[in-house]
Amino acid sequence: MEKFVQIEKVGQTFDTKKGKFVALRDIDLTLKQGEFVALIGHSGCGKSTLLNLIAGLTKPTTGVLLCDGREIAGPGPERAVVFQNHSLLPWLTCFENIYLAVERVFSQKEDKPKLKARTQAAIELVGLAHAAHKYPHEISGGMKQRVGIARALSMEPKVLLMDEPFGALDALTRAKLQDELMKICEKTQATVVMVTHDVDEAVLLSDRIVMMTNGPAATIGEILEVKLPRPRARLELAHDAAYIDCRAAVLEFLYEKQAHVEKQAA
Amino acid sequence: MSTTLTISGDFPGKAPGEREIQAAPATPAKEQTMEKNHPSAAATATVAYVPPLGEILAGFGRAVLPPVMGIFLLVGIWYLATMNGGSIPGPQVVWQAAAELFADPFYRNGPNDQGIGWNVLASLERVGLGFGLAALVGIPMGFMLGRFRFLSAMINPIISLLRPVSPLAWLPIGLLVFQKADPAATWTIFICSIWPMIMNTAQGVQRVPQDYLNVARVLDLSEWKVVTKILFPAVLPYMLTGIRLSIGTAWLVIVAAEMLTGGVGIGFWVWDEWNNLKVEHIIIAIFIIGIVGLILEQALILLAKKLTKESS
Repeated sequence: MEKFVQIEKVGQTFDTKKGKFVALRDIDLTLKQGEFVALIGHSGCGKSTLLNLIAGLTKPTTGVLLCDGREIAGPGPERAVVFQNHSLLPWLTCFENIYLAVERVFSQKEDKPKLKARTQAAIELVGLAHAAHKYPHEISGGMKQRVGIARALSMEPKVLLMDEPFGALDALTRAKLQDELMKICEKTQATVVMVTHDVDEAVLLSDRIVMMTNGPAATIGEILEVKLPRPRARLELAHDAAYIDCRAAVLEFLYEKQAHVEKQAA
Repeated sequence: MSTTLTISGDFPGKAPGEREIQAAPATPAKEQTMEKNHPSAAATATVAYVPPLGEILAGFGRAVLPPVMGIFLLVGIWYLATMNGGSIPGPQVVWQAAAELFADPFYRNGPNDQGIGWNVLASLERVGLGFGLAALVGIPMGFMLGRFRFLSAMINPIISLLRPVSPLAWLPIGLLVFQKADPAATWTIFICSIWPMIMNTAQGVQRVPQDYLNVARVLDLSEWKVVTKILFPAVLPYMLTGIRLSIGTAWLVIVAAEMLTGGVGIGFWVWDEWNNLKVEHIIIAIFIIGIVGLILEQALILLAKKLTKESS
């Protein structure tokens, strides 16, 4: 499907004590089904704001957002979110955290054993079957984030929204989870929007990289197609000319074209 | 661990003889006896790390010794202060009276002469009833105040106005409405217990992390699921704090309320013994009230730990 998620003329203005603050303006973007899109930009450029708009957590001041032909009126399980800080409920085990989501989406059509099987499948997908009955505080940060991803995927969402999902992890764990995420996306053919400020992550994972200008009143600066064949292997890509070109293009956008506002702010 | 514990009195660079007397006077002697146990205990602990018996005893001694010494100090001062006679009885007199009193705590010689056990139970029953009713009203009310801004703006001024009022000021109202002493005392407990529960529950609801609420919104959970799976567990620690504060206040207030209303109860008993001029019984009552209050508090702390263990 060519126009799976449509973002048309979207702007977002917040009322603050100092008056109106324009966070986003004139955002036009369409996502294909099964596409992996990264949103990248300096902090404060409104990437997360845009993600929250797609999630339906906030409503746009102007413009309209559509998902699968229907207007996004509020949050819902068809647009699952993986939060930056995992947001697992600490009083539920990993299994129960995922089950809560599975139950919400499928309990009307399926019986309990089926729901449990779904939960188990989701937890196995991220390789955490052994930790299913542990509480979030008993597992590492990387494992928590994997549970968060499993919870989102278990709902079989139309779109998977990820807000800097690996931002709080160390480099090795991050690389491992990126590889896992690539495999999962391949398997599930998920449509993904991921907010990141990591250039390598964006190039490695995405089909397209949406680069945003600096805020306030941020908008889409450039869109880069990453035409690297899949499956992608981290090590081989390190010397791949196309990969290096993409990486250079993003870096150039971030540190040359959009560098000046950073200086103004400082 | 063991080394740092056992050489606590030593300072590097000083001759052993110069050891300062900062360590508790009784501990060095005790440690020496521990050392004797050491080899045999260490021999048994071969595979997994099991702390040697001596070490366990030393740790126990360190935990128990200071409080025990504190109590001895208190009793000692008490003894010295009452040695030359006077209106306050000394420890031995009180001890004998207590032995007599606790020999038969559950006798009944008519409505105004019952054993100390009955009096304590009667007070606990009033506290339990008043507190239970307060929880039944206060906790749901706290949830609503926390959830609905309008309601909290409406009710908060009233709470701020009524909360500083001594619960005893409500006693006449209770007597007037219920026409009986017993429900009036319960009513007083109800009034003093309800505020901490409302306020702490409401605060807990307001402080539920936005992350959790976002999860609820993204999953589009039903209001019932939001309450049972997210709000209630998140608010539980605050609620338990409110309950603990309430029980503490209730136990403070019951003594005063019973002094005024009479009947059976530890507060009434204190007043009765004052009229009989049995001062040793009043001192016993002070200890009992303290101990029961301590038990209530500790039991609730234990419960809170048990319930919130998984959410930490």
